[in-house]
Amino acid sequence: MSRRVTLTLGFEGNTRDVTVVIPDDEPTPWQWGERFALVGQPTPRVDGALKATGAARYTYDVQLPGMLYGAILRSPIPHARVRSVDLSAAERLAGVRAATTIDSGEVRFAGQEIAAVAATTPDIAADALKLIKVDYEPLPFVVDLEAAMADSAPSVFARGPNLGKPKSSTVGDPDGAFAKAAATIEATYTSPVQTHVSLETHGAVASWDGDELTVWCSTQGVYAVRDDLAVYFSLPPDQVRVIAEFIGGGFGSKFGASPEIITAARLAKAAGAPVKLMLPRAAEHLATGNRPSAVQRVKLGVDSTGALVAIDLKQHGSGGIGGGSGSSGPFRSVYRCPNIRLEERNVYTNAGPSSPMRAPGWPQGCFALELAMDEMARKAGIDRLEFRRRNNDNPVRAAEYEIGARNFGWAAKSAAPKQQGPLRRGIGVASALWHAVGNSGPEAQVIAHRDGRVELRIGTQDIGTGTRTILAMVAAEELGVPLSTVASEIGDTHYLYSVPSGGSGTAPSNTPAVRQAAANLRDKIFRLAAPTLGAEPGDLEARDGQIRVRVNPSRAMAFADVCKRIPGDSISAQGERIANYEGFRNDQSGCQFAEVEVDTETGIVRVVNLVALHDAGVIIDPLTARSQVNGGIIMGIGFALFEDRRMDPALGVMMNPTMDDYKLPGSLDVPEISVTFVEVANGISNTGVMGLGEAAHVASAAAVACAVSDAIGRPARDLPLTPDRVLAAMERPA
Amino acid sequence: MPTDDDRLTRPLSRRAFLKGAVVTGAIAGAAGLIRGAPGAAEEPQLGPGMAERLGPGAGTIELKINGEARQLTVEPRVTLLRALRENLGLTGTKLVCDRGSCGACTVHLDGRPVTSCMMLAVDARGHEITTIEGLGTPARIHPVQAAFVNADALQCGFCTPGMVMSVAAALQRNPGADLAEIRHATSGNICRCGTYPHVFQAALNAGKVNGSKTVASLTGKVRGSKSVAGLT
Repeated sequence: MSRRVTLTLGFEGNTRDVTVVIPDDEPTPWQWGERFALVGQPTPRVDGALKATGAARYTYDVQLPGMLYGAILRSPIPHARVRSVDLSAAERLAGVRAATTIDSGEVRFAGQEIAAVAATTPDIAADALKLIKVDYEPLPFVVDLEAAMADSAPSVFARGPNLGKPKSSTVGDPDGAFAKAAATIEATYTSPVQTHVSLETHGAVASWDGDELTVWCSTQGVYAVRDDLAVYFSLPPDQVRVIAEFIGGGFGSKFGASPEIITAARLAKAAGAPVKLMLPRAAEHLATGNRPSAVQRVKLGVDSTGALVAIDLKQHGSGGIGGGSGSSGPFRSVYRCPNIRLEERNVYTNAGPSSPMRAPGWPQGCFALELAMDEMARKAGIDRLEFRRRNNDNPVRAAEYEIGARNFGWAAKSAAPKQQGPLRRGIGVASALWHAVGNSGPEAQVIAHRDGRVELRIGTQDIGTGTRTILAMVAAEELGVPLSTVASEIGDTHYLYSVPSGGSGTAPSNTPAVRQAAANLRDKIFRLAAPTLGAEPGDLEARDGQIRVRVNPSRAMAFADVCKRIPGDSISAQGERIANYEGFRNDQSGCQFAEVEVDTETGIVRVVNLVALHDAGVIIDPLTARSQVNGGIIMGIGFALFEDRRMDPALGVMMNPTMDDYKLPGSLDVPEISVTFVEVANGISNTGVMGLGEAAHVASAAAVACAVSDAIGRPARDLPLTPDRVLAAMERPA
Repeated sequence: MPTDDDRLTRPLSRRAFLKGAVVTGAIAGAAGLIRGAPGAAEEPQLGPGMAERLGPGAGTIELKINGEARQLTVEPRVTLLRALRENLGLTGTKLVCDRGSCGACTVHLDGRPVTSCMMLAVDARGHEITTIEGLGTPARIHPVQAAFVNADALQCGFCTPGMVMSVAAALQRNPGADLAEIRHATSGNICRCGTYPHVFQAALNAGKVNGSKTVASLTGKVRGSKSVAGLT
């Protein structure tokens, strides 16, 4: 059974009515102007004290009785056939309980897994690795992107050339449009390989009880890991339990049962004891994923009104032995343009495989597009923000440009005279776009206990965004109880299914399932309370910790008193995430304004100020949402200024697999940041929540690079903008 | 670090250790250094020019951690960080970079912040060590920890213990620390989630309220914890 409901959706000054059909046990989607008790209140996260006191238990912290420590031997050379692996000396070392080879085929990058051991201490495991004798037959290799594209380059894969087939698409008639354009620009932009550097490395603690396997692991998807392990060990899925109570960052690199998770489980089986296998820092850089490099040749054309008439992107990049180096997303969808040609080519090199990283393809694509937009605006003689306004047809972003320009002081800063000393200020603006509306899949369970406690259980996980908190807020909102009444239990496949935390989908996919479950539980609570209140269940409401008659709120019972009438120990209800409705918009925009100061004598860049405007549907917790935006910006500053996986072309190894040589933004690199949310009721699910983690990161590096270019009066086209590159860009003719 | 098979497969016995010590002539105080039994001897007195011979096998040492004397048996190559985590189960202190460049393992040594991954456990003898667990617990939360919760100065939380210890030490030195001082105090702590702005806010808030000890009502609960408290 279902009902037809007309919803008022949109944002401040821009709403419209949308009629949708809603199943009967599904709450009506939150609309524009909805009044909330908890949602939208800045709320410290419910597990904050566990994290701040060190009591939060991460996979790295799991200690089991009799637990062994695993370690993995990795190839020191970038391309080789493995003739033999001799484990015998390692196996004889006192304290070693298991040793195994890891057959991952031909060695194709320095850092690939070769063998593993489990021993009574980490030091003995490390000693044992040194005793493993591997006979490698070295093969020719190539790690440099351009060198790998040469016909004479060594093949990374025997099956084909290093340069992949072009992935192309064309809309309209770009050549015709360029021919007629009033002005065009063409330039090439480059960006490096970036690694995720999750502070908790990849790894697992695996423990067998007969044919039942329990694995604690640092993962973005407990269910995905469970299913992979069940397939690998030929077990029914219900004999595998995966737990991830707390996760020390993922950023896209922690999906599925990766080699170290499977290896931990294999070693534990062989040793007959639990095994903890957490990767050392260097291995994390080498083998667990990265954002591919990109070389983007961009051509833009405008007509005499400053409207974009043609975009042409020819791109190649390398994710080592992995693919996915494409960066065309922003070119096809951020700005309005009738004629677009896109070509992407993946290049294989003998380096660690790529994996999804925070808005895969977008920060690098946005960087090239936005720098090209600046070059185009200057050539056409149009203010850079005005140029973007003219080519934007997204009403949410239009509002964000206005608020942002005001908060940032774009007009005044643009009009300020250029400084003459060595320190030069510059400003830039860049636009974001993302699609995080979530999808069906998750199922939630909400339980009320006789003592008045409410438990919320769902098999999602929190990679740092505050998932426990927002889910508890949604349940508490629906049940009309204080947040402290609800305990969020996540990160365990013993709870009902949820999706992996990727594509910023955690909040938009899980909150509607939780809201539906809580609404169903509330209806059961109403049935318990109705006889005492002398009303029909349908006439009751849940507010302020009370169940009360809607038309006569003085006839009320405390929520906890209703719970005392639960016949057994508890009552529970489930909810599912149903497919998306037609909403207001299925994308989210955002823009970021940056101001930098460049020391033109040393080339050192300081980001002074960053103003961020974002929308993510209904913002459940503005406090944790702001944390995510801060983080997206700061990671973007790292991509713009510091981060670069450097490969030695002669040896084929990563030269900086540490946290001192691989440079990350620190406290002294953080600018003043201002974050403003444009609240949108999008009605795409019953909560209309959208994800924020990736949207917040898309435009940051671009905004900074645009500002640096503005400061030095030359386009800074090669990331990261280290001092040498800034000085080199200044040498370029204007 | 020893690499030959013989030394690896046959850990040095106490007698072999003493023999080795005699051979190298570094005998002063050595018997008291690697104790056969907990508390068997007081701290060694080494004179000028005298060297201490340790290991390579495990020996029992005593460390003063969070106000308590703790005995543990470790090889001399074991860092203070690993001794805390693996031998004493104090897993709040995190291992991240393992070379002193990220600050996640920060503890207080006689009140000063140090990176425990860069210090051997045997070198921590005779010092007062405070870990994140010694600073406060969810039930008895330290004002700096509460300020971190309230300002949401944490995301994934893996850098948080080290960050808290750096901030707590800075505020101990100067409760009125300003933003510039806080930035410098946390410049050795890397947060990949990019939580720094809220860390600064938490530090400034804690600096203002430090000493008032106003720990108020709970904001929520999670599995495995008794209570989650915070300053209002």
